[in-house]
Amino acid sequence: MNTPSASGFTRREFLRVSALTGGGFALGFAALPSALGQSAAALDNTARQFTPNPFIRITPDGVITLIAKNPEVGQGIKTSLPMIIAEELEVDFEQVVIEQAALDPQLGAQFAGGSLSTPMNYDLLRKAGATARTMLIEAAAQTWDVPASELIAERGTVFHRASGRRLTYGELATKAATLPVPDENSLRLKEPDEFKILGSRIGGVDNPAIVTGQALFGIDQKVPGMVHAVYQKCPVFGGKVRSANLDQLKGMPGVRDAFVLEGTSNYSGLLPGVAILADSTWASFRALKALRVEWEIANGADQSSAAFAAAAVDAATRDGNVLRNDGDTSAAIDEATKVVTAAYDYPYIHHATLEPMNAMAWPTEEGGIDVLAPTQTPQGAQDLVAQTLKLPKEKIRIRFTRIGGGFGRRLGNDYVVEAAAIAQHAGVPVKVTWTREQDTQHGFYRPAGWHFLRAGIDAAGNLSAWHDHFVTVGLNNAKDPGRSAGISPGEFPARFVPNLRLEQTVLNTNIPTGPLRAPGSNALAFVLQSFLDEVALAAGRDPVEFRLALLGEDRQLAGSSAQAPVYSTKRMKDVIALAAEKSGWGKSLPRGSGQGVAFHFSHRGYVAEVAEVSVAQDGTLKVHRVTVVSDVGPIMNLSGAENQIEGSVIDGLSGAWLQEITIEQGRVVQGNFDTYQLLRGVDAPQVDVHFIQSANPPTGLGEPALPPLPPAVCNAIFAATGHRIRSLPIRKHDLRWS
Amino acid sequence: MPRYSLNVNGQNRTVDVPADTPLLWVLRDTLELVGTKYGCGVGLCGSCTIHLNGVPTRSCQALVSTVAGLRITTIEGLSPDGTHPLQKAWIAHDVPQCGYCQAGQIMTAAALLQNNPAPSDDEIDGALAGNLCRCGTYLRIRNAVRDAATASQGGAQ
Repeated sequence: MNTPSASGFTRREFLRVSALTGGGFALGFAALPSALGQSAAALDNTARQFTPNPFIRITPDGVITLIAKNPEVGQGIKTSLPMIIAEELEVDFEQVVIEQAALDPQLGAQFAGGSLSTPMNYDLLRKAGATARTMLIEAAAQTWDVPASELIAERGTVFHRASGRRLTYGELATKAATLPVPDENSLRLKEPDEFKILGSRIGGVDNPAIVTGQALFGIDQKVPGMVHAVYQKCPVFGGKVRSANLDQLKGMPGVRDAFVLEGTSNYSGLLPGVAILADSTWASFRALKALRVEWEIANGADQSSAAFAAAAVDAATRDGNVLRNDGDTSAAIDEATKVVTAAYDYPYIHHATLEPMNAMAWPTEEGGIDVLAPTQTPQGAQDLVAQTLKLPKEKIRIRFTRIGGGFGRRLGNDYVVEAAAIAQHAGVPVKVTWTREQDTQHGFYRPAGWHFLRAGIDAAGNLSAWHDHFVTVGLNNAKDPGRSAGISPGEFPARFVPNLRLEQTVLNTNIPTGPLRAPGSNALAFVLQSFLDEVALAAGRDPVEFRLALLGEDRQLAGSSAQAPVYSTKRMKDVIALAAEKSGWGKSLPRGSGQGVAFHFSHRGYVAEVAEVSVAQDGTLKVHRVTVVSDVGPIMNLSGAENQIEGSVIDGLSGAWLQEITIEQGRVVQGNFDTYQLLRGVDAPQVDVHFIQSANPPTGLGEPALPPLPPAVCNAIFAATGHRIRSLPIRKHDLRWS
Repeated sequence: MPRYSLNVNGQNRTVDVPADTPLLWVLRDTLELVGTKYGCGVGLCGSCTIHLNGVPTRSCQALVSTVAGLRITTIEGLSPDGTHPLQKAWIAHDVPQCGYCQAGQIMTAAALLQNNPAPSDDEIDGALAGNLCRCGTYLRIRNAVRDAATASQGGAQ
């Protein structure tokens, strides 16, 4: 991907300016040289929906349009990225029209993942806004024949104080379009203390449409002649269709067609299945209930969660593949004053977006496929459809909608390629809608994992040794972890313990896994920060004090991955200390109540959380309050940022407390929200949000606040009851006390 | 196919659909009122909540053959111009994240306020306990309902 720099991310940037048909001013950056040749033609076409766009469009009649380049999954990016442009452009946010981009090579990488949208676009979009502002000022300077230095840009106008003259951006647009683009190094970017929009609270740009029920989401879309489709795959992943009662289905009311797609062996692509096409969603769902398939299952039908757990325990009796070996862990444990031993595990969990997977596709006259879908990775969708249908990429056009929840599920495009393949086969526009049960049973799950841990504490009460045998899952592979199932050798507490040994064993499974909000971290933080709590208490030390001491002196260490190149102990200690202060850490609480602390570094963000819980004597858990302190650099949209923190806490609690995907006979057991639960409002804790807005480059906030939540809550349960939660979900445990 | 005459958002609409079609799919596919959402299909998530004669109802569980003659209100018909106190409060509190569940949340809350203009937090939580929000906007939902209730009462005085 991109090479990180001190300012966050660098990229090859190409500036371009071009006149719109009928006058006006358009400006954008292109990430690819090839886009230069396409830009003029693209901009000549003022039709909106299928026309590639640069970032800013100002028409002579004064309409200022800012392009939202990345998919909106609920992380608020459709609002916050245009805010960055508007800030430097010097317009009121209420003045601008926000337009969702289609997939367009001129806009650079377009995806919603890795909490990367803000860090990858902050500098780029500031420069886009500043370039436009500079050129509008120059246009006014030439119009009035005064030096540009005498002019200021404000609220969509250029003002000459000395003469009191003012022109709107619309009035300047045609002239600005004739000017040369200034060198990006000559641009004056605003100082943060000059910001009016960034750091303020701006409501989501789609809110009015959401609260009135407008057609925003993929599942709401419709094109003339569209047929509704369902697609049923084998409940054991990768199974093929031997036979199906297609003739019976075709005779059902409302059913147009039913056919088998052979598919591929790509678990993230088009798996084999049966397509049913109907006049309505309901007719397709009803036919699905009548579908009978004989599956040909080559592999996996004997697998189960229970067998995986037994295999993990067995693996722990042997040595694993050594990922890191600092010092001499065995010797240090032998010499330790105290040794703490524990086994932790966590299950598969599912994204369970409330909008089920769905996509629309239709064949084009040019022999290609047009797609309209809620996808987090439109580029990935284009690649997958082109590859699977053996069509040139240029013939696959991708537009994307607002997304009814992503959490990483829609980084995969399996549902998109299904729609495309069905549309190609049937030769008509198709909308594929998954049932809730299909959605639950055909996911890319947060991997299950097991950790067999030993820690040594020396005579001074310090952590002297850490040994983790991590047993994880592979996808039909006993060597490499499946997607999002690995661990970085640099993961905490590596670098903070002189003797550390990390081993790994991979179980061979037929269960597809994938990134779920804060992948890796969402499970590892539970294990590492819970076990660290055990160690602190065994050492007779306060969990906050112990953590601060472990982090040690203020210093910058190499980070654990390319995406997180630096780990600042100071930033981490600062968020822990503030979380302790704001939560009243150490306050006296009645029996059955307790506080727990945890911290985690992921996605370049530093987050500490303190949870306060009570457990009734009958074992009923209530999480009362969670204090969250994060340092992700400057905040773009304060309202959106707080919403992400609140959501991360509730999401983290939902997963840790309630959720578990289990496998029996190779199949996912859970189906709907009765067996796979989401936290309800009545169980949502109060969330106290605090930001340390350090002067570091901004990073995304969709993910890093989730990982500390499960261990903070589990540590609080221990403080309240003495029950140590070493296996998720929490609801499996009897928390009664007397 | 049987023909049903429905009263939706104050208008009479005639639809030709099978008798076992849930109202949800009549609204979404036939009448193109897509604000009412499909989330689970079995009455567990609340995304498809509409009003039948003012009573909050899961439209995925109401067959079209059972709703003829009843007043059907969807999110599109909650107010003529999107200015119901709850809609205004939702915007003021910047409630949505992904936004998918919010129509159902608002419809459930609107029925609550109709019967109980000044609900306590517990009553708000109780009324909305059947409406899931995957993104976790519950805290803002509660605050928005509380404010809308206050605003409605203020307006009535």
